[in-house]
Amino acid sequence: MSIHKMTAAVAVTAALGLSLAACGSSDPTSGKKSESDTITVGSAKFPENEIIAEIYAQALEAKGVKVKKKLNIGAREAYIPALKNGEIDLLPEYSGNLLTFLDPKATATSEADIEEALDDALPDNLEVLEAAKAEDKDSLNVTPEFADKNGVKTIGDLAKVDGLKLGANPEFKTRAYGIPGLEKVYGIKDVKFTPISDSGGPATLKALLDGKVDVADIYSTTPSILANKLVTLEDPKNLIAAQQVIPLINDKKASDKVEKILDDVSAQLTTADLLDLNTKNQGADKTAPDVLAKEWLTSKGLI
Amino acid sequence: MSVFSETVDWLTDSTHWSGDDGIPHRLIEHVGYTAETVAIASVIAIPLGLWIGHTGRFRTLAVALTGAMRALPTLGLLTGIVLFTGIGLTPALIALVVLAIPPLLAGAYSGLESVDRQTIDAARAIGMTEWQILTKVEIPLALSLIVGGVRSATLQVVATATVAAFVSLGGLGRYIIDGQAVRDYPQMAAGSVVVVALALVLDGIFAGLQRLALRSRPSLVPTSA
Repeated sequence: MSIHKMTAAVAVTAALGLSLAACGSSDPTSGKKSESDTITVGSAKFPENEIIAEIYAQALEAKGVKVKKKLNIGAREAYIPALKNGEIDLLPEYSGNLLTFLDPKATATSEADIEEALDDALPDNLEVLEAAKAEDKDSLNVTPEFADKNGVKTIGDLAKVDGLKLGANPEFKTRAYGIPGLEKVYGIKDVKFTPISDSGGPATLKALLDGKVDVADIYSTTPSILANKLVTLEDPKNLIAAQQVIPLINDKKASDKVEKILDDVSAQLTTADLLDLNTKNQGADKTAPDVLAKEWLTSKGLI
Repeated sequence: MSVFSETVDWLTDSTHWSGDDGIPHRLIEHVGYTAETVAIASVIAIPLGLWIGHTGRFRTLAVALTGAMRALPTLGLLTGIVLFTGIGLTPALIALVVLAIPPLLAGAYSGLESVDRQTIDAARAIGMTEWQILTKVEIPLALSLIVGGVRSATLQVVATATVAAFVSLGGLGRYIIDGQAVRDYPQMAAGSVVVVALALVLDGIFAGLQRLALRSRPSLVPTSA
């Protein structure tokens, strides 16, 4: 068995066995380039990104820009090449993760540093526009009772809690924003780490609510944060890299008109909006992304 | 560097052989989960299997039920239980016990069924009570198949106990799940290698036990075979 096959076999076994299937979907973007007067909007393969892509698309359409949609493409490995070769022109990205995808050695964590580094790291024919305030990133959350009892508001406040128990995905143990960063940036030592492999999903939430962990890493736009009134700890020293929603666009399509429309969208999009949109999409209502996008744009007076 | 040589490097790195995250500690945890699971499952399944085998009652039901239990996906079951119980040892043990029961039950009742009817009739004819027939004739004669059930349950559990890491426990699954989270394929491969090695060792031990059970079969009365 060749080494590549062995790597693949190990990866596939793990992916199947753990049902953590990697994004290996077929590439719906293969095909001809977008026409010169049309903007082809793409999205990554998860609901929140699709909703934002719908917002971009409908905002552009409302102002008379010709739009085509190729949503739900996959992961960065699939859609960044599609952007580079012009099969799609515009896609909502997350600043920090986009930077580390383009430059794995990047260390910037603050909003400004990331935007600066992005300009250098992007391929020549792509550019990013104004970032929105909205962010979808790892966030450390505690229950309101724990926050009250221990007077905890920021991540740094956790240093005064003895025997702190933290639950997060396994990679939190080794990543720079994880256990090593807690000690280096905030001086928090001797954390009892509980790896929970569901990316801040129901098992992580239950562990937090049951008190099996004191702090849980949950993505900042997860509906359960609102539903359970969790307290998201502030991160004044930027331990966790900023992940602002940012339009990534082919520079040939970034006319002044298009830029203005997208800037107007970004200016109004907040993390609370994303939380609300995700809640409506994943909650009992299961409202479709295109409907949610229209509602949001209407409520902000953008269409 | 190839994944193969990186895996060898990972396995021979002395820092991976000490501490809470070291191979010896993870190995002990893994064997611990396996032993607890097989012990609990045996207490449930072996007496039940013996009763079914001895009386012949509910046999069809037992076959259908164990078949259905075998088909349950452990990871799915585990995830489902976790949503009720939260993370920890309980959900992992429940999911693994469910996995271990079918082979144990099958080993016990099919073991008893394999005993020659004439032997049992002879035992009954010489005045043995049902209890004596079970303990002095059926179980000794069926022991090899009963141990075979324990063997197959142990192997399935040792291979599947890696999912315990999915609900925050330790064991050798930690290497596979933690490795996957950071695309550390040598660590994943090393974890798999240790699980495979452990499974082979345990299988060897049980093969020996089974042979022992076969050799110590009593020849209470001459069998027709």
